[in-house]
Amino acid sequence: MSEFLQFFLSGLTVGAVYALVALGFTLIYNASDVVNFAQGEFVMLGGMVTVFASAAGVPLPFAALIAVCVAVGVGLLLYWLAIAPARGASAVSLIIITIGASILLKGAAQVAFDKQFHKLPSFSGDGSIDVLGASILPQSLWVLGGTAVTVLLLYVFFERTLLGKAVLAASASRLAARLVGINTATIMALAFGGSAAIGAIAGVLVTPITLTSYDVGTMMALKGFAAAMLGGMGNPLGAVVGGLLLGLLETLGAGYVSSTYKDGFAFVMILLVLFAMPQGLLGRRTVDRV
Amino acid sequence: MSPVLNNRYAIVAALALIVAILPFTFPSGYYLRVASLVWVSAFAAIGLNVLMGKAGQVSLGHAAFFGIGAYAAAIGPAHFGLPSWAALAVGACISAALAYLVGRPILRLKGHYLAIATLGFGVLVALVLTTESRWTGGPDGMSVAKLTVFGWRVGTAYAWYWLSAAFLLVGTWVALNLDDTPTGRALLALHDSEVAARVVGIDVARLKLRAFVIAAVYASIAGSLLAMMNGFVNPDLAGFQHSVELVTMVVLGGLGSVVGSIVGAVVLVVLPQALTVFQEYENLMLGFIIIVSMVFMRDGIVPMARKLVARAR
Repeated sequence: MSEFLQFFLSGLTVGAVYALVALGFTLIYNASDVVNFAQGEFVMLGGMVTVFASAAGVPLPFAALIAVCVAVGVGLLLYWLAIAPARGASAVSLIIITIGASILLKGAAQVAFDKQFHKLPSFSGDGSIDVLGASILPQSLWVLGGTAVTVLLLYVFFERTLLGKAVLAASASRLAARLVGINTATIMALAFGGSAAIGAIAGVLVTPITLTSYDVGTMMALKGFAAAMLGGMGNPLGAVVGGLLLGLLETLGAGYVSSTYKDGFAFVMILLVLFAMPQGLLGRRTVDRV
Repeated sequence: MSPVLNNRYAIVAALALIVAILPFTFPSGYYLRVASLVWVSAFAAIGLNVLMGKAGQVSLGHAAFFGIGAYAAAIGPAHFGLPSWAALAVGACISAALAYLVGRPILRLKGHYLAIATLGFGVLVALVLTTESRWTGGPDGMSVAKLTVFGWRVGTAYAWYWLSAAFLLVGTWVALNLDDTPTGRALLALHDSEVAARVVGIDVARLKLRAFVIAAVYASIAGSLLAMMNGFVNPDLAGFQHSVELVTMVVLGGLGSVVGSIVGAVVLVVLPQALTVFQEYENLMLGFIIIVSMVFMRDGIVPMARKLVARAR
């Protein structure tokens, strides 16, 4: 039982990170219909910039803040320089553009930083906490708490603020939103910036546990995309559920079945779910209009 | 003879001419190798274009079939004593069978769901190739036996240049002719409107599956050729990055255009070779070039060139 609890807790921690990446995916997808494969690079930037800023003597909280700001800047540049000029391109072309951006950011990080693995100190020590026979690192609590706060803030933003409602309106119908006077270009820029911030926060939170390097982004993006799909693309709640499920599945699979196939469980699960439910777990059924 | 048919002969003839003349302009054997690499990649891209350009279905895991072909050429001779050319055929059959099996449920999906499902399939195949090291040599890969055809050992850069070019010419010819078969016409209808195609009685699911199998066989053969040419395979051949490269070749060259796939392969193979002089800036430049070319040539190089020519007249 304590073994199961141990796997469960580490699964939740991993899952929380996937959930944040998937949320970033969902935000951009809802605002612009773009599947952003560069989402994982925001996570990488969050970790790497924090590492190098704090190595330069900046206190950790400020280093993290700088990292989030850098990621937001990169997210906005990505939108203005690569996505906005390609308006009207096909979905596949847009996917290739974001993959190109991911390669570019990886290349930039490799030049600006280095190719080594880096670690951040845990935010509140390394002494593990005992929970019913299983142990949990304080950093895991930071990850879980940080994810919960981010999700909550997003919820409040969408439900309680005018700007948030404008984003929702734009994601429901961009034309209708424009007709009632919403500037959809601003909304899309906002989505890219916000999504970059969420990714960077995930990167800052998880780096003390998993280490970071210039190339952690690709796998992160694939897992986040998988999580978003698992929950049903475009559904923020689905993204969180999908992320947590994916994390649990991976850790339990690695613990009980085979650790060498750890990265495979997520994708086997995705294939099975999609075969049974072609719209994801919480996705809406779509009808083709002719 | 109809003008379309004429055009088709002209394309293959022009390609054959280029293939025949190129080696005389090369200053060294290195260029022969790069050219062979282009022919092999173009072969795979032409197949993928049948799926993407004609059937309108995206695959972000197509390198899986490339990897299966490559490992068939490696494992067949090493573990089962098969002749290399037979291993190539076996690899193509395995790829076709696998594509037939997974294609059924996968091709029911649409849009981004199709993208993630094919992506997942590709990741899984790459993972199996990396993990089952008893057969595949694990992450480090394994060496591949040299190809021997009728007692002639294909080893020199020249031999591989001509062999890969011959495959490319045949592959191009087959793909060009596809348009005039019932399958090709049905694919065109499917590409324009899936609903309309279904209404006129086309079995859409079966048609997509056929395109998927064709694309898989092309990729598998290309994989086997590359494995035998390099004398070495590793799991990266089946990886996500390679799938992306194949998709980019197709889209950059022009969806649905056979010539486009070849042009796309030229760009995506030659460019990284040229960029190695930038060393650590290589990824940075590659990403930059992919973004710029997709933003400014979103229809692909060949369709855009065609449009420019039409406008000039």
